[in-house]
Amino acid sequence: MTEQPLLSIRGLIVAFDGLLALRGVDLDVMPNQAFGLVGESGCGKSVTLLAALGLLPASASIQGSVRLAGQELIGAPQTELDRIRGGRVAMIFQDPSSALNPVHRVGTQVMEVLCLHRGMDKTTARAEARRLFDWVGIPDAARRLDAYPHEMSGGQNQRVMIAMALAGQPDLLIADEPTTALDATIQAQILDLLRRLQQETGMAMIVISHDLGVIADICAHVAVMYAGRIVEQTEARQLFANPSHPYTRGLLAALPEMTGPRRPLVAIGGSVPEPWAMPPGCAFAPRCVSVSPACQSAVPAFRAIAASHHVACIEA
Amino acid sequence: MKPLLRLDHVARVYRGHRFLGQAPVVRAVDDVSLSVAPGMTLGIVGESGCGKSTTGRLALGLERPDAGSVTFDGAPMPAAGTSAWRTLRIRMQLVFQDPLGALDRRLTIANQIGEPLRIHGIGADSERRDRVERLLADVGLRGDHGDRYPHELSGGQRQRAVLARALATDPVLLVCDEPVSALDVSIQAQVINMLAELQARRGIAMLFISHDLKVVRQIGHEVAVMYLGRIVEQGDPDTIFADPVHPYTQALVSAIPVPGPRGRPRIVLRGEPPNPADRPAGCPFHPRCPVATADCAQTVPDLKPLPDGRLVACLRADVDLSSARIAA
Repeated sequence: MTEQPLLSIRGLIVAFDGLLALRGVDLDVMPNQAFGLVGESGCGKSVTLLAALGLLPASASIQGSVRLAGQELIGAPQTELDRIRGGRVAMIFQDPSSALNPVHRVGTQVMEVLCLHRGMDKTTARAEARRLFDWVGIPDAARRLDAYPHEMSGGQNQRVMIAMALAGQPDLLIADEPTTALDATIQAQILDLLRRLQQETGMAMIVISHDLGVIADICAHVAVMYAGRIVEQTEARQLFANPSHPYTRGLLAALPEMTGPRRPLVAIGGSVPEPWAMPPGCAFAPRCVSVSPACQSAVPAFRAIAASHHVACIEA
Repeated sequence: MKPLLRLDHVARVYRGHRFLGQAPVVRAVDDVSLSVAPGMTLGIVGESGCGKSTTGRLALGLERPDAGSVTFDGAPMPAAGTSAWRTLRIRMQLVFQDPLGALDRRLTIANQIGEPLRIHGIGADSERRDRVERLLADVGLRGDHGDRYPHELSGGQRQRAVLARALATDPVLLVCDEPVSALDVSIQAQVINMLAELQARRGIAMLFISHDLKVVRQIGHEVAVMYLGRIVEQGDPDTIFADPVHPYTQALVSAIPVPGPRGRPRIVLRGEPPNPADRPAGCPFHPRCPVATADCAQTVPDLKPLPDGRLVACLRADVDLSSARIAA
């Protein structure tokens, strides 16, 4: 591929108090790409992007490289990161009500981004905030600008967060569990909105989720993480048609079905290893159904098994 | 089979505080009837504020219905706090979503599993110890897990411990409110399998409350879909989820994000569930319904049986909704 990746992560390692949370993550996100990062709690999916944006506490030790359109972010000065975050890279989180400031009107919070990152004066910013509210589908936008977060529902607050993210005209939107706290019918609305906005703006989007269904819904590319590493990465269609890492297969099999006969679920035995008790070799080996002695001796290489389909498993 | 638990046209109304003008009245549960037989699981699904948790609390007698009646094992449910109710509590238990919040952080797991036995004076000390051991094994925990404190266990193990405690008194009714929602997918599958197996083996009647349709289909013998305090569709999970009739159930089923290709087009509902304190007249779903007519804004639809046995509360259930489904 001749196109340069927008975000390029290489050998990212993060440790908290000497315990590894990320054990070497490589990741490329192209411009315009909708990229999904999926995995269970503690697999490092959020830490990867928090580390990339310099949002981890000072106690975290970070190694490796994160480049945004060629610019190195690891070790970049705070002032530089402040310009990037909220500007070129925007983030939305799981719980919109706690991400918004409860004592400021939602319109003011969006206007702040516009003044800070796009140098607008207050009048222009208010008009632009209103346009953004309309864009993200907040009904009665002009009046809602003056509402406080507690006066709005969770779904509406998430729309405000998305408006705020779009305010900086980002090249990359990072959505960390954007619909996890929302009800099913509201989740469907927000997923539709994110898909539409990504197509309209042409921004790249990274969606972090524990829910393979959510990822399948809005992402064209998927990386599956387990215990601080990416274990499988490919196009979404390919991942669901032909999951190749035993962990990915296990995750898909563990989901109850909505159609067909009901059978006992195929659970993955055991649980995710604790960071202080990582097995040597493949981290998934103790829970893997097709484990062999070789799995326990060395960490499996992340290798291509087809064009744009990579798997970290010696059996795949 | 004779139902173990019966709710007959129960309603639960909360009155808010008067600030200016009228005090708000919230009908959290409105005219709900259901029954659960021994060994069977009734799943209740719906979004936040639909009244599913209140229904669970009514079923256990933790809340008094403002209308209708709750019958447990053929007798009316005694008022909470009375000695008759406390005696009944041995036979009915509640499991919540958050196992860490449900456990006492200062007591060992074995201590907490044995607590209901001590409270209800069941067995001598040594018997209780044996029983706790057996309960630990039943839920797939090792004996040494019993000596640990809640923070030393993983989320899945904690939920197993909560379950062991709920099973300690050998209950005949279990109300589970979002018991696996806080767990990761791979762990969720383990707990669901274990729950289904324990329930079948012990013949427990279960009320399983969840927002997750996939989980409810997996574990429920029957399912009730709630919206704004009322049941809108009820019956066999396979029938209802394969071919939902109520427009709300249709939207709910289509909203499930599924990995892989989507079978039917997604129905994205307009707006949000209304505030329960500001319930619309007529069918509570009509403001968001893609097929609502003028009549729907006037008349509250009754839950009526369809030829295939399910119950549906929709004035338009008799018309063929499949064309509307595609249009929506």
